[in-house]
Amino acid sequence: MKLPLNIRLEARGERSRVMVWLSPAIAGLATLVCGSLLFAALGKDPLQTLYTFFVLPLSDLHGWSELAVKCTPILLCAVGLAICFRAKVWNIGAEGQLLLGALVGSWLALSLQESDQWWNLPLVLLAGAGAGAAWAAIPALLKTRCNTNEILTTIMLNYIGLNLLQYAVHGPLKDPAGFNFPESALFNDGLLLPVLAEGTRLHLGAVFALLAVVATWVLLTRTFVGFQIRVLGEDVRSAHFAGFRAAKLVWLVLLLCGALAGLAGVVEVTGPIGQLVPQVSPGYGYAAIIVAFLGRLHPLGILFASLLMGLLYLGGEMVQIELGLPLAITGLFQGMLLFFLLASDVLISHRLRIVRAAPGATTATVVSRTENLPIGVP
Amino acid sequence: MDPDLIANILYATIRTGTPLLLVALGELVCEKSGVLNLGQEGMMLMGAVAGFIAAYHLGDSGIGIVSALVLAMAAGALMSLLFAFITLSLNANQVASGLALTIFGLGLSSFVGLGYVGIALNGIQPWELPLLSDLPLLGKVLFSHDPLVYFSLAMAALLAWFFRSTRAGLIVKAVGESPESAQALGLPVLRVRYLAVLFGGAMTGLAGAYLSLVYTPLWADHMSAGRGWIALALVVFASWRVGRAVLGAYLFGLMSIMHLVLQGFEIAISPNLLATLPYLVTIAVLVLLSSNQARSKLFAPLSLGKPFQPGH
Repeated sequence: MKLPLNIRLEARGERSRVMVWLSPAIAGLATLVCGSLLFAALGKDPLQTLYTFFVLPLSDLHGWSELAVKCTPILLCAVGLAICFRAKVWNIGAEGQLLLGALVGSWLALSLQESDQWWNLPLVLLAGAGAGAAWAAIPALLKTRCNTNEILTTIMLNYIGLNLLQYAVHGPLKDPAGFNFPESALFNDGLLLPVLAEGTRLHLGAVFALLAVVATWVLLTRTFVGFQIRVLGEDVRSAHFAGFRAAKLVWLVLLLCGALAGLAGVVEVTGPIGQLVPQVSPGYGYAAIIVAFLGRLHPLGILFASLLMGLLYLGGEMVQIELGLPLAITGLFQGMLLFFLLASDVLISHRLRIVRAAPGATTATVVSRTENLPIGVP
Repeated sequence: MDPDLIANILYATIRTGTPLLLVALGELVCEKSGVLNLGQEGMMLMGAVAGFIAAYHLGDSGIGIVSALVLAMAAGALMSLLFAFITLSLNANQVASGLALTIFGLGLSSFVGLGYVGIALNGIQPWELPLLSDLPLLGKVLFSHDPLVYFSLAMAALLAWFFRSTRAGLIVKAVGESPESAQALGLPVLRVRYLAVLFGGAMTGLAGAYLSLVYTPLWADHMSAGRGWIALALVVFASWRVGRAVLGAYLFGLMSIMHLVLQGFEIAISPNLLATLPYLVTIAVLVLLSSNQARSKLFAPLSLGKPFQPGH
């Protein structure tokens, strides 16, 4: 393989463990560099903009609590997606599963507005998680029964979910006293998640998200089911020979992810929002895909990656308010981050070598190195 | 239903199906070469915004429109070049990279198009073919379209011929079936794949411009609304055959304008619920086609989505 500037990629003998974790850092750095260039091109001082984007949002305790609020839904979706992706089940549907969780949770919450039983809120949360799981059960059923590609079905279900949400806020769940705005009535206090710190929006959902991280870590690394999921993802045939029921695992990972994403949705409406609105999610389900990859499908990595992603959302809002930059920058940064990550991942299996003089000699070493590799190993 | 309504429905079916057809043809070529690109939404939006901005500044008639279309294709191709680089040269996972392309395109297009939201253009007007367009019913349905409709059909015919009777078409198929054998035969696997991906990007960019210059001549964030994904399903539906892609595109087009049809029957359903129809139909079609595993595998290019590293 030949790249310009006399920089050569040559295959490493084995995957570099260091690069597996260094690659996200490189991607982050590259995104920052490109971001600065972009800010400069927009006529803003890059350093001041970066400061406003990444430091200012976290300059006080309130900022940190807002970060936790933003991270909560992303984290819930991302750990679920990690379980799916570990099994090579390409669930792109966390967004739709989140929206269904928010929708069904809100519907139940609105019908419980008049009663004040202590179990109302747990019931609403369960309904949201259940709705997310049910939405994920559709691609699970279609994949295991009809061999249908889950990438396409989950994406279609995202759009269907979004339209159902729109239908609900314009129709059956619309607040009759809401001046014709497409949103539901505000939930009663008994149906709202308790706030953890006085004066902030930090709510119990953040605790759920942390619990989900721990539970996912235990599931993936400490249980036989987790082992089966990993084997299924690495080699379907081995999983088959070992007697693992692939279909059952597909169901399991999709239902788990759906439930977590559904919980994320209902946590948003019963937490920071307090009612059902069309903009429940600014693409949390899609951002979670990036977070899952950035965190190397590892719960702890995902925790850090979600903090970064949450900061991207907060920073995007901050530069909009402070410097009048467009909110679309957040999406742009997200895409760049994933792109750079995928590109720098090549360094896990390859190393960069700067070719100086006598390229013939270097080529010879490349050949001798790659000869040891089994065919087909990148 | 009265004949006028039927003519209107068929006319709208073709218009709605055309962007799907353009994307599907591009992706079909790309997949035939063994590359699975899931970045259609991102490429389409970039094509849409690039075409719109160009037409806004260069004028939406004559040379301005032609330049806008070329720029839209270039925008789509540039986006796909990014994808080709990280999947073909750096061997990144094609599924993840396609998603990255979509997410990136969503962000970049809404960023670039920021100052253009809410502006309307005349856009590309239909050509009323002389005499033919005066025919009852058929004139409206077949001979009163914008040039891109005819271009998409001509491209379909060209591609059908390309795969059936040209050496180059055979090479693309060989690369998609078995890149190892193709390389052993001395075929430039990576170059073929790069070109196929670029073609896919250009066609998808053009489809985007169709949305922002013909279908609804304006720019709105995320205006592709899942059409790229539907086109992806369309390729599966077509079992990687050009003729079926044309039929499929119009079928999906019809599903997307069901509100027109239902209006004819005087049935009132929430527009939000009706909007789910094309997605539901896509799922139904996928189920029907995928259930027969042996059959669906028979048509897919054998090495689709698998990374390939050329020998040194």
